[in-house]
Amino acid sequence: MPKRLASSLSYEVLEHVFSFIQSDKDRNVVSAVCKSWYEIERWCRRKIFVGNCYAVSPKMVIRRFPQVRSIELKGKPHFADFNLVPDGWGGYVLPWITEMAGAYPWLDEIRLKRMVVTDESLELIAKSFKDFKVLVLASCEGFSTDGLAAIAASCKNLRELDLRESEVDDTSVHWLSHFPETYTSMVSLNISCLGSGEVSFSALERLVSRCPNLRSLKLNRAVPLDKTANILRLAPRLVEFSACTYSAELRSDVFSNLAGAFSNCKELRSLSGFWDVVPDYLPAIYSVCSRLTSLNLSYATILSPDLIKLVSHCPSLQRLLVLDYIEDSGLEALASNCKDLQELRVFPSDPFDAEPNASLTEQGLVAVSLGCPKLQSVLYFCRRMSNAALVTIAQSHPNLNRFRLCIIEPNTADYLTGEPLDVGFGAIVEHCKDLIRLSLSGLLTDCVFEYIGKYAKKLEMLSVAFAGDSDLGLHHVLSGCESLRKLEIRDCPFGDKALLTNAAKLETMQSLWMSSCSVSFEACKLLSQKMPRLNVEVIDERGPPDSRPENCTVDKLYIYRSVAGPRFDMPPFVWTKDEDLGLRL
Amino acid sequence: LIATFPNIYISTTVQYIDLSINQSAINLQSIMVFEKDLNLDATELRLGLPGSSEESLRISNKRALPDMNDDSGVAVAKKCDQETAPPTKAQVVGWPPIRSYRKNSLQTKKTEAETGGMYVKVSMDGAPYLRKIDLKVYKGYPELFKALEDMFKFKVGKYSEREGYNGSEFVPTYEDKDGDWMLVGDVPWEMFINACKRLRIVRGSEARGLGCVV
Repeated sequence: MPKRLASSLSYEVLEHVFSFIQSDKDRNVVSAVCKSWYEIERWCRRKIFVGNCYAVSPKMVIRRFPQVRSIELKGKPHFADFNLVPDGWGGYVLPWITEMAGAYPWLDEIRLKRMVVTDESLELIAKSFKDFKVLVLASCEGFSTDGLAAIAASCKNLRELDLRESEVDDTSVHWLSHFPETYTSMVSLNISCLGSGEVSFSALERLVSRCPNLRSLKLNRAVPLDKTANILRLAPRLVEFSACTYSAELRSDVFSNLAGAFSNCKELRSLSGFWDVVPDYLPAIYSVCSRLTSLNLSYATILSPDLIKLVSHCPSLQRLLVLDYIEDSGLEALASNCKDLQELRVFPSDPFDAEPNASLTEQGLVAVSLGCPKLQSVLYFCRRMSNAALVTIAQSHPNLNRFRLCIIEPNTADYLTGEPLDVGFGAIVEHCKDLIRLSLSGLLTDCVFEYIGKYAKKLEMLSVAFAGDSDLGLHHVLSGCESLRKLEIRDCPFGDKALLTNAAKLETMQSLWMSSCSVSFEACKLLSQKMPRLNVEVIDERGPPDSRPENCTVDKLYIYRSVAGPRFDMPPFVWTKDEDLGLRL
Repeated sequence: LIATFPNIYISTTVQYIDLSINQSAINLQSIMVFEKDLNLDATELRLGLPGSSEESLRISNKRALPDMNDDSGVAVAKKCDQETAPPTKAQVVGWPPIRSYRKNSLQTKKTEAETGGMYVKVSMDGAPYLRKIDLKVYKGYPELFKALEDMFKFKVGKYSEREGYNGSEFVPTYEDKDGDWMLVGDVPWEMFINACKRLRIVRGSEARGLGCVV
């Protein structure tokens, strides 16, 4: 009988089968098959990813998944990276840690991005999770070296401590010395964001020398060259390393010591850092270049000729981050040398100057596009672009999955024809059928959004600035992009109509950010009422939005779906339709 | 509806650029303000022929370029007129989209580098970019020329007091404190680095006018 067949697979068998299913999407599908599969799956799910910490409450997560070992949380919206989210908006991790401390004694991995982490949270982590192994704080803030000291002192089995791009307050505590002498388990340490006062070299050297499994080490700017060589010699099995400050003059003893240290590191595949590097020292790394797959030179102010020399030593390069000093000529060299290149990011060295200080144009990107067949991910800052170049890129790279172009001056037209760049970006979405992330820039009309709505069916994240003519633009995107999860918009003439017409779409997305657009507070209230499972947050530091004339537009709008209802930690400048004001702190 | 939203909270108003109330023009207005402050026309670099704007410079007893009418397309020369009132860039919050982490890193380098140096911008006709150099770093004209040659991939001609530069299409010129464009090399080095506000490597026909003055 069919019914008996369904339940004849025992719990143990199913659990074993499910253990091979790692991706969240697949797990979610599995849990929707039937009630018994839902039950089995929820008991054996070990890893949780929460893309928006306010979309669900910790209690709800714990209730459904009682035996989680690893959690990843993201807090503030992406535009917080560019100072568009005022301080104090939210993203506090303490409530999560507090709940999980009781419910998940075996939690061993916490990964956070854009969240506010306090020393209290870190101390709670140190105290509550006996087998804690992995702590990643990406672009976080709110904690100091005191909190790090607590982690160092208590987490005997810590394998990974990664503070990438976080802001850490220096309380002059030598927190590294808090790792006991018996502690030997470090595998990955990233402290590149720390200031010069926050790391003691001797403690660092002692730590490195007693951790034989150390494979990734990213130090901060303040470690001088001779120390760098010492540390490398202590950890010859490093796979990833972030190099440090280079002294001004070439000293041959320091150079040969460094070159020797690098040549010992046979497993080194990824290099970054290079702050203040002097080109004369670059040959010290030539011995490892042929094996390098990832190179981050985006803090190095070395010029094109030296960059070309370096890059020509790295034929296995898959990932390159660099400043626009590389220039078109450098990118051409890259295109001819690095056929395995998958990801390219070019950042501007002088973004606030009206004139370019390096000869980098769209030609460089075209060269890489034509020369590197495996190119999938692009982030490119430049000052001019043409539809022709974009079409060339699109046609030569149908396998692009991330394309983020930032033409520094808003509303810059095609420099050859004076036209908007609609056709160029249209070609990108038409040809690159697997595109999941797109950032637009330059002069763009509603047309580009029509193309995006029509072709970008797999697009998950779209960033738009200074583009479009009317609500129609927003409407095309919301009605056409089936896979859209995150949409962030600034300074575009999009307003109430498109938003209200596509209200239902917003529940299928993770979040929508709109700042300096044309949405009225009335529309926000209406949307809020129509869609109870959306949190509609109006972020406005000018005062209560309804104290202004009715047609006044809101400053910033952040809409996200949530099963947790309105949040309890909203600051005074976040306005919602909240009727029960007793909940507001 | 408004009645259900009591205004008990008085939030601290942070200094804010108040965009216009007219919601349909909101984007246009902010862009217009932005564009005006940026003085886009002046800074727009083109590789094709420029528009009809022209500059004429005063002639002094030192060798100056009679006419800075720029035919080669780099509109940088237009700045001559506007140097007295440097365009104030209305810095748009969060644009270009660069993380604070990276911005701070760039800025510390800038301030470290620019204290104590004599930085001037260098442009070359036909090159779509500028460089900044620190004049203090060079001991005299030969070093300066070598650096410029490396930077812009050209050769400076042979200098003579009577004829200016011979043997090269490219001529190094500078703008002095009076706003005049002068030939590099006429005055002693110390005097030059104190007077020089910016450098321009002129090409072709403009250079022919040199030596005829006075």
